[in-house]
Amino acid sequence: MATLTLPPAVKPWLRDHLLLGLTPREYVKSLANPWDLFAMAVFAIGIPLYIGRFVFGLGAVTNLSQTTPWGLWIGFDMLCGVALAAGGFTLAAAVHVFGLERYHAVVKPAVLTGFLGYFFAVLGLLADLGQPWRVWYPLGVSWGTTSVMFEVGWCVALYTTVLFLEFSPALLSWLGLGKLGQRLAQLTVGLTVLGVMLSTLHQSSLGSLFLLAPGRIHPLWYSPMIPVLFFVSAIAAGLSMVIVESSLSHRVFRDRLGRVHHDIDSLMLGLGRGAALVLFAYFFLKLQALVASHRLDLLATPLGAWYLVELLGFVALPCALFAFGVRRGSAFMVRAAAAITVIGVVVNRLNVSLVAFDYALPVRYVPSWMEVAVSIALVTALIQTFRFIVNRMAILEADSPHS
Amino acid sequence: MTFDRRKFLKMAGAAGAVAAAAPASAAGASASLDGPAVLVDTTLCVSCRACEAACAEQNQLPAPPDTPEGGFPARRDTTTTAFTVVNRGSDAASDGSERFAKQQCLHCLHPACASACPVRALEKTPEGPVVYHADLCMGCRYCMVACPFGVPKYEYEKAIPYVRKCTFCSSRLARGQEPACTSVCPTGALKFGKRSDLLLEARRRVYAEGSRYVPHVYGERESGGTSWLYVSDVPFDSLGLKAVGETSPTQLTETALNAVPLVMTLWPPLLMGLYAFAHQGRKSSEQEV
Repeated sequence: MATLTLPPAVKPWLRDHLLLGLTPREYVKSLANPWDLFAMAVFAIGIPLYIGRFVFGLGAVTNLSQTTPWGLWIGFDMLCGVALAAGGFTLAAAVHVFGLERYHAVVKPAVLTGFLGYFFAVLGLLADLGQPWRVWYPLGVSWGTTSVMFEVGWCVALYTTVLFLEFSPALLSWLGLGKLGQRLAQLTVGLTVLGVMLSTLHQSSLGSLFLLAPGRIHPLWYSPMIPVLFFVSAIAAGLSMVIVESSLSHRVFRDRLGRVHHDIDSLMLGLGRGAALVLFAYFFLKLQALVASHRLDLLATPLGAWYLVELLGFVALPCALFAFGVRRGSAFMVRAAAAITVIGVVVNRLNVSLVAFDYALPVRYVPSWMEVAVSIALVTALIQTFRFIVNRMAILEADSPHS
Repeated sequence: MTFDRRKFLKMAGAAGAVAAAAPASAAGASASLDGPAVLVDTTLCVSCRACEAACAEQNQLPAPPDTPEGGFPARRDTTTTAFTVVNRGSDAASDGSERFAKQQCLHCLHPACASACPVRALEKTPEGPVVYHADLCMGCRYCMVACPFGVPKYEYEKAIPYVRKCTFCSSRLARGQEPACTSVCPTGALKFGKRSDLLLEARRRVYAEGSRYVPHVYGERESGGTSWLYVSDVPFDSLGLKAVGETSPTQLTETALNAVPLVMTLWPPLLMGLYAFAHQGRKSSEQEV
């Protein structure tokens, strides 16, 4: 099989659809740019480690221990990945349910970001599970209905499917099955309602996971309100992620943008207004949780100072920046606020799952370089997949709102 | 309008399944509150570690190491190959003699691990022991997060890993025998029996006239109550028995889980109402244009 023979019609299709109209030689040459080379280097390290983890076990790759059962792959890939992917349900609800049609242009990229966010979060989860081939057991083999994890498993599985269905009209039309895609698109409102319901459940439940460990989580981060805090902050994270992602897309994929993106700054200001309100509510919810903990004395400790950095630097500050940015009509300030919020939600999830967890242990968990490398590879793979799809399918192009 | 009847029925079905499953699991957890139990009287333990050896033999684990001259230099923890360990307490008794405490799974009455397990690989059996079904475990390690005593241990070094912990010798109990560890204890520090009887016995010792015991039975209420009960004449935390609070961890997640059917029932109609509200009159205005 030295030469692969393909039917004559297939070759041009592949060239148009996969290789962006380039010959294979030209396409490979086009990959010789700094970003793609960087991504390949990341994969060259990350993929063998990901595979090695299954061959040699968790102990060979991670710094997990008997006292720290959850590390970076749960704290970052799962908790942060899912929170930052909340833009999918937030924007879909705004446009398809609440009727805010002017945001129509950012729904498709938000849904795609959401789908890929969940997909790669699940890939991270598979690396973390001791026996990943049993990942479907909570769905089909044995129902642990008293477990928050059981609920999260069901919701994530269903919602990833919903996101895929929401994204699939673009995929089907790329495959030349546009008719089928249009029929699927008719399900949009129903899927969006389902998506909001499932997201409400599991975004909050990812926080509820920690409810049963009051003795092991620092009192400043442990709160009976943690499900509400996770849900509200996920909305802020999702909106901010849409702002960050749209702003980057606007630069990177300039040639693929349609008419609607010309007034992207006004869209960003509108999203920023929403994010300011959500962060405002989140700030006061966090204050309530803090007061209810009855442990204000802990604010004077090093971890207390870190708590204040999170509360003031990553919640209050971006909230104010959003508000000022919207008032002054400064899309730059809104983008800065969005970037800070994204980092802030990552900081929050890592604080709850890693920093505050078993905070009194003499030896603290620090992820191994291999865990970090796998996480970086997963994020890079997400970005590369996003680029691959956006360059080939109708994601960023404006289409008429009622197509 | 694409939110059709079929989808609504499907969702209603899912909500019903959740509602039906909840009481069933609650019933499973409330059984066996007066099952088999062990009373550990730490004032009687001489650290012969016969219990460790018996445990290793029963569970086909490597034999425990001999006690080094002067005792083990550091506290030991249970491992994937040692389901129980005896540790020297950090405080000596009033007469200067050393105190020891055996450590193993406490077999909670409302185990956090079993309530946390998404596949019911950990189960509080009606007979009393909290047992592990290895054939169901997917290795999420949520049980390790949940357990307030840090009991479940994971085989990180293996490519096909499992959770390991004390089984309360459930197979021996099923044959009417007592656990391997209690059966070999030469001093009576480990006493096997029915929990209500042992609780009375523990109270009798602790609250007796002129008793030197700390006035507390560890395990009576800890984490909602455990099958293993401890009495001591030195502070419990000096023996590695942490203060864990009396709330059963299963109660802490109940409120959150009870919200699930509510959200499933209320969100779709609320959102469809908002949809109808937001799109009110839109059709007619479009037709005009």
